[in-house]
Amino acid sequence: MADYIWLIPVFPAIGFLINGLLGIKFPKTLTAWVACLSVFCSFVVSAIIFKQFLDLPAEARVFEMTAFDWIVSGDFSTQIAFRIDALSIIMCLIVSGVGSLIHVYSVGYMHGEAGFRRFFTYLNLFVFMMLILVTADNLLLMFVGWEGVGLCSYLLIGYYYEKDSAANAGKKAFIVNRIGDLGFLLGVFLLVTTLASNGVWTLKYSELQANAHLLTPALAMAITLLFFLGATGKSAQIPLYVWLPDAMEGPTPVSSLIHAATMVTAGVYMIARLNFFYTMAPTTLLVITIIGLLTAFFAATIGCAQYDIKRVLAYSTVSQLGYMFVGVGAGAYAAGIFHLMTHAFFKGLLFLGAGSVMHAMSGELDMRKMGGLRKKIPITYWTCFIACLAIAGVPGLSGFFSKDEILWMTYSRNGANIWFWLFGAATAGLTAFYMFRMFFNTFHGTCRASEEVKHHIHESPKVMTIPLMVLAVLSLVGGYVGVPHLLGGSNYIEKWLEPVFGHAPAPAAQSMHAFDLSVIGNAFASSGASGTVHETSAELYLMIAAIVIGLSGIFIAWLFYVKNPELPKKFVKKFDGLFNLVHNKYFVDEIYGFIFVNNLFRLGNLCKNFFDEKIIDGIINGTASLVAGMGGLLRRLQNGLVQGYAFAMILGAIFVLYFMIRMIP
Amino acid sequence: MIPASEFKWILPEIILTGWALVLLLIGGFSKGALSSRISGILCLVGSFSALFCTLNLWGVNIDIFNKLYTIDDYGTFLKVVFLIVLTLVTIISFRYTEREGIASGEYYSLLMFGVLGMMVMVSSHHFITIFIGLEVMSLSIYILCGLLRNNVKSVEASLKYFLLGAFATAFLLYGIALIYGSTGILDLVELKRYLLTKQPFAVTMFLAGIGLLIVGFGFKIASVPFHMWTPDVYQGAPTSITAYMATGVKAAAFGALVRVFYTALLPFICGWSTILWVIAVLTMCIGNITALVQRDVKRLLAYSSIAHAGYILVAFITGDREFTSSILFYLLVYTFMNIGAFTVVIMLGRNGEENTDIDSYAGLGVRRPFIALCMSIFLLSLAGIPPLAGFAGKFYVISAAVKSQYYWLAVIAVLNSVVAAYYYLRIITNMYFKEPIRELGVIDDAPQYGFVMLVCVWALFHMGIFPRMFILLAQQATRIFL
Amino acid sequence: MLPDIPQNLYYLLGAVLFTIGAVGVITRRNAIIVFMCIELMLNAVNLTFIASGNFLNSLDGVIFVFFIMAVAAAEAAVGLAIFVLIFRLKGTINVDDIHLLKG
Repeated sequence: MADYIWLIPVFPAIGFLINGLLGIKFPKTLTAWVACLSVFCSFVVSAIIFKQFLDLPAEARVFEMTAFDWIVSGDFSTQIAFRIDALSIIMCLIVSGVGSLIHVYSVGYMHGEAGFRRFFTYLNLFVFMMLILVTADNLLLMFVGWEGVGLCSYLLIGYYYEKDSAANAGKKAFIVNRIGDLGFLLGVFLLVTTLASNGVWTLKYSELQANAHLLTPALAMAITLLFFLGATGKSAQIPLYVWLPDAMEGPTPVSSLIHAATMVTAGVYMIARLNFFYTMAPTTLLVITIIGLLTAFFAATIGCAQYDIKRVLAYSTVSQLGYMFVGVGAGAYAAGIFHLMTHAFFKGLLFLGAGSVMHAMSGELDMRKMGGLRKKIPITYWTCFIACLAIAGVPGLSGFFSKDEILWMTYSRNGANIWFWLFGAATAGLTAFYMFRMFFNTFHGTCRASEEVKHHIHESPKVMTIPLMVLAVLSLVGGYVGVPHLLGGSNYIEKWLEPVFGHAPAPAAQSMHAFDLSVIGNAFASSGASGTVHETSAELYLMIAAIVIGLSGIFIAWLFYVKNPELPKKFVKKFDGLFNLVHNKYFVDEIYGFIFVNNLFRLGNLCKNFFDEKIIDGIINGTASLVAGMGGLLRRLQNGLVQGYAFAMILGAIFVLYFMIRMIP
Repeated sequence: MIPASEFKWILPEIILTGWALVLLLIGGFSKGALSSRISGILCLVGSFSALFCTLNLWGVNIDIFNKLYTIDDYGTFLKVVFLIVLTLVTIISFRYTEREGIASGEYYSLLMFGVLGMMVMVSSHHFITIFIGLEVMSLSIYILCGLLRNNVKSVEASLKYFLLGAFATAFLLYGIALIYGSTGILDLVELKRYLLTKQPFAVTMFLAGIGLLIVGFGFKIASVPFHMWTPDVYQGAPTSITAYMATGVKAAAFGALVRVFYTALLPFICGWSTILWVIAVLTMCIGNITALVQRDVKRLLAYSSIAHAGYILVAFITGDREFTSSILFYLLVYTFMNIGAFTVVIMLGRNGEENTDIDSYAGLGVRRPFIALCMSIFLLSLAGIPPLAGFAGKFYVISAAVKSQYYWLAVIAVLNSVVAAYYYLRIITNMYFKEPIRELGVIDDAPQYGFVMLVCVWALFHMGIFPRMFILLAQQATRIFL
Repeated sequence: MLPDIPQNLYYLLGAVLFTIGAVGVITRRNAIIVFMCIELMLNAVNLTFIASGNFLNSLDGVIFVFFIMAVAAAEAAVGLAIFVLIFRLKGTINVDDIHLLKG
C-alpha cells in the first residue's frame, strides 16, 4: 500500500478536475456524487493504510513514496513526495472523514444555491490542498498545501461574492493569512540557509530531524518562532486571529470544514510535525503556551457576549485552538493532536448543527430571535446537546479527555505552574458557560421568532441529519482512544504517536514541589511519599477541580437563561461598560484598523498619488507611446515591395561583411 | 563503395521519401475528397513510422556515406522535433485543406518532402548535404505557400518567399564558396581540425565567407535585417503552412546554423558573435516593437516569431557549447506553442475568410471558453509566463547569457519579453473582456483541432513544470559539440 | 585546363558578377529578370567554386557546382510556375505591383 499513498490527496483533485472542467452541464446530483465520492475514496484509502499500520510494529508505521523530482537546482533538490506516519494518518482520517461528512451535509445545505458546482469544486480543491499539506514529506510541498488552503478559504469565504461583507471577509482572511505565511516562508529560508551553510541541502522531515542538531539554540528559537508566526495566521491565534470570526460569512458547511476540521488545525499540525525543532527551543514553547492561553481566554470571554450563533462558535474555535497550542507548547504534542481530533468532531458537529438551525429558521442567526426549538428540530437538538456537553468537558465525552489531558500537561510540564492551569481551567468554565448560553437560548424557552419564520420551522432533510448523527456518535466516543492512565485507560493515542514525538519525558520530580497542593485544599493532599503517587493525586485533584468548574459554567448558564431569563439583562445593565467592551471584541479590529490599516492606506495613497501617478505613470506612458510610435515607423518600412526587402538584406550583408573583414588583425 | 548496411541508418529518411512519392502518385492519379483523406491518413502513418524509427536511433553516433551524412543525437533530437511538427500539422490539415479546397495527395507529399529536407539539413557536417537539405526543404515550401492558387495573397507570399529565398541561397552558397576557396574544405569536422592548426590562406575571403553564411542562415531564421519576408509570407500562406514554417523551418535553420558554427567556426567567435549580438538585439527589438502595432493575428505571430528568433540567438552568440542545449529546448517548446496558436487561428477562419484580425477574437472567451482558454495558454507561454514551457525556455536562454556574462544582452532580452507580453495579453483581453464585434457564425471545430490543442497544452505544462528531463535530453544531444 | 590567369582575377570576376546580380535583383522590375539576376549570382558562385577547385586541385568544388546547377534548374521550374500563377491572377509579373501584403 505504501506505493499508493499518493492516492489520498489525488482523489479530491480528480473530483475537482471533473467537476471544474467537465461539470458545466452536469446535473446537481452527479456533481454531488463526484464531489462526495472523491473525498470518500481518500477516506477509504486512509482507512486501509490505518488498518495496515495497526498490524505493523510501531517503528515500521511509516510509508514514504517519491512521485518525482520537483525542483532541482544545484545541490538543492526537492521531490513531490508523500509521507504517511502515525501523525499524518490521523490527520488524513480526520480531514477525509469529517470532510466527507461535511460534503454529504453540503449536498442538502447548498441544494437551492446557484453556484452549486462552483461550491463543490472549491470544496474538493480545498480538501486536496489540505491533504497535500498533511501528507507532504517536505516543507516546500507542505507550503504548497499551506498556501492552497489559504487560497481556497478565500474562495469559499467569499463564496457569496456579490455580498460586500463576504467579499471583504474573504480578503481579510487571505491578507491576514499572508502575514503568517510570510513568517512561515522566512522560517523555511532561514532553515535552508542555516543547514546549507553546514552542507546539508534538504527540506525533508526525516532528514531535517536527523540534522536538527546542526542548529544552535538561538537559531532554533528564531526558526521555530517564525514558523509559529505562520501558525498564528493559519490557526487564528493572537495577534492574527481576527480573520476567523469574519470568515463566518461563508456558507456554514465551509465554516465547519475550514474552521473546525481542517485548515485552522494546520498550524497545530505543522508544529507537531516539526516537534524536533520545537523541543530544542524551550523559549518558543513558553511563548506558544502563553499565546495559546491568552487566546483561549480572551476568545472565550468574547464568546460570552455574542448573539450571533456562528460568531459564538467562531470565538469558541479560536479559544479551542488556543487550547491545542497550550498543549503543544507544553511539549505534549500528542495531547494537542488528541484535542485537535476531538475538536474536529464536536466543533464540526456544532457548526453543522448551527447550519441546520439556520436552515430551520430561514437563515436567522441571532439567538435573541430563537428559542424553544427543542421540540421542532429534535435531531438537531440532541446532536447539539451532545456536542455542547463534549466541548464543555463533561466527563465521559470526548472533549473531557482531551481537554483534561492538556490541562494536566500544562500544569505538569511547565514546572507545575498553577497559574497556567488556572487560566486554562477558567477558560474551560467560560467555554461551558457560553456554549450552554447559546444552547439554552436557541433550543429552550419560548420562541422569539416572527410568526412567518415560526411557520416555516422544520427539521433538515436526512442528507443533513445523518452526518450530524455520525459526528454526534464520534463526539461521544472519540475520547476513549485517550483515556488517561489515571482513569484506568492506557492513553492509546499517546502511545500511537510515540514513534513521531518520541517518548514523553516524565515531569521532573522536583518541579512537583513548586506548587504546594494546599492551594486546592489540604483535604486532598494525601501524603504522597513517592513521586508517582504524588503526581497521580495531583492529577486527580486537578481533574476534579476542572470538572467542577466546567459543570458550574453549565449551571450558571442554566441559571441565567432558563431558570431566570431576566438575570442576564440586569447583569448587562450593571456592567454595561464591560459588556460593551467584550461584545465589541475588545475593539481589536478597530485598533488594528487604526494602527495598521489606516496608516497603510495613507502610505498607499501617497505612493499612488505622487510616486505612481506622477513619476511611474509618466515614465511608462512616455515609453509606451515612444515604443508604439517606433512600431508605426517600422511598420511603414515594411512596404510590401520585394525589392525593398532585398535591399534591406543587401544592406545587412554589407554591414556584416564590413564588420567581419574589419576584424582582420 | 558504400556498404549497403549503412542504409539502415537513414531508414526514417527512406520512409519519408518513399511515402512522399506514394502520396504524389495518389495525388496524380485520383482527385477528390476521399483520396485526399486517405493521403492525409497515410501521411500520418508515414510520419509516425518515421518518428518511431528516429526514436530508435537515439544514442547512435555514426558517420555514413563517406562522411557525407551523419547520424548523431543532435540530429536525432531535431528530427524528432520535425516529425512532431509534421504529425501535428498533418492532423490540423485534414479539415483545413478540405475547407480551403487544397486537399490533395500533393499537399501531404510536399509536407513530407519538406520535413525530409529539414532532416537532411541537420544531419550532416558536409556543406553539400546541408545545402541539398536546405533546398529540398525550401522548394517544397515555395510551392506550399502558393497552394491557394486563386488567392492573390497566397501566391504573392509564394512569389516573395521564392525570390528572396533564392536570393538568400545565393548568399549562403557564395559564403560556402568563399570558405572553400580559402581552405579547400567543405567538411565541417575537417575544417575544425584545419582551423585548430593553421589559419586559412586567405583570411579576408574566409571571414567574408562566414559573414555571408550569417546572411544566408539569417534569412531562414528570420533575423533582422533579413526578416522582412516573414510577416508577408506568414500572413499570405495557408495557415497550416504558416505553422509548419514557423516551427519546422525555423528549427531546421537553427539546427544547421548551430551545427555549422559550433562545429567549425568557434575559433572565429569574437568576429561573428559581435555581429550576431547586434543582430540579436535588433531582431528582438524590431520584432516585438512592430508586433505591438499589428492588428492581424497571423502577422502578429509572424513578428513574434521574429522576436523569438532573437531570443534563441541570445543563447547562440554566447559561443558556449554547454548552452546549445537551451537552443534545442527552446525550439522544442516553441514548436508546441506556435502550432497550438496557429491551430486556434485556423479554427476561427472559414473558406476564403480567414478572420485573422484581432477583432475576430473579441468575445471568444464567452462564446467558446475552451478554445479561448487554450489560446490564452499558448499566448501566455509565448509571453514566457510561468509555469508554462515558454518561461522555462526563455529562462534557460537568458541564464545562458548571464552565465556567459552577456549582462546587457540578458537585460535587453528581459525588457523585450516585457514588451512582448503586451501584445500577447492584448489578444487575451480581447477574447475575455470585449463584446463580440460582429457575428462570426459557426466556428470550425473538429476533434482533430481539439486533439492538437490538448497535446500542445499538455506539452507546455509538462515541459514548463518538469523541464528537467527535456533539458537532459537536449544536453545529451549537444554533447557532440563538447 | 584553365588559361593561365592569376587566381585572384577569377575571384574578382566572381565577386563582380555576384554584385551585378545583387544590384540587378533590387533594380529590375520584371520578376523573370529578377530571377535571372539571381541565377547570375549563382553562376558567380559556380565560377568561384570551379576556380577554387582548380587551384586547390580538389574535386569537391566541381561536384558542388553540379549540385548547384541541378538545384537552380529545380528552382527555375518552381519559380516559373509561381510567375505563371501570379500572372493569371494579377495580369502582371511586375514586382512593383505586387504589394498586397505589407505593414
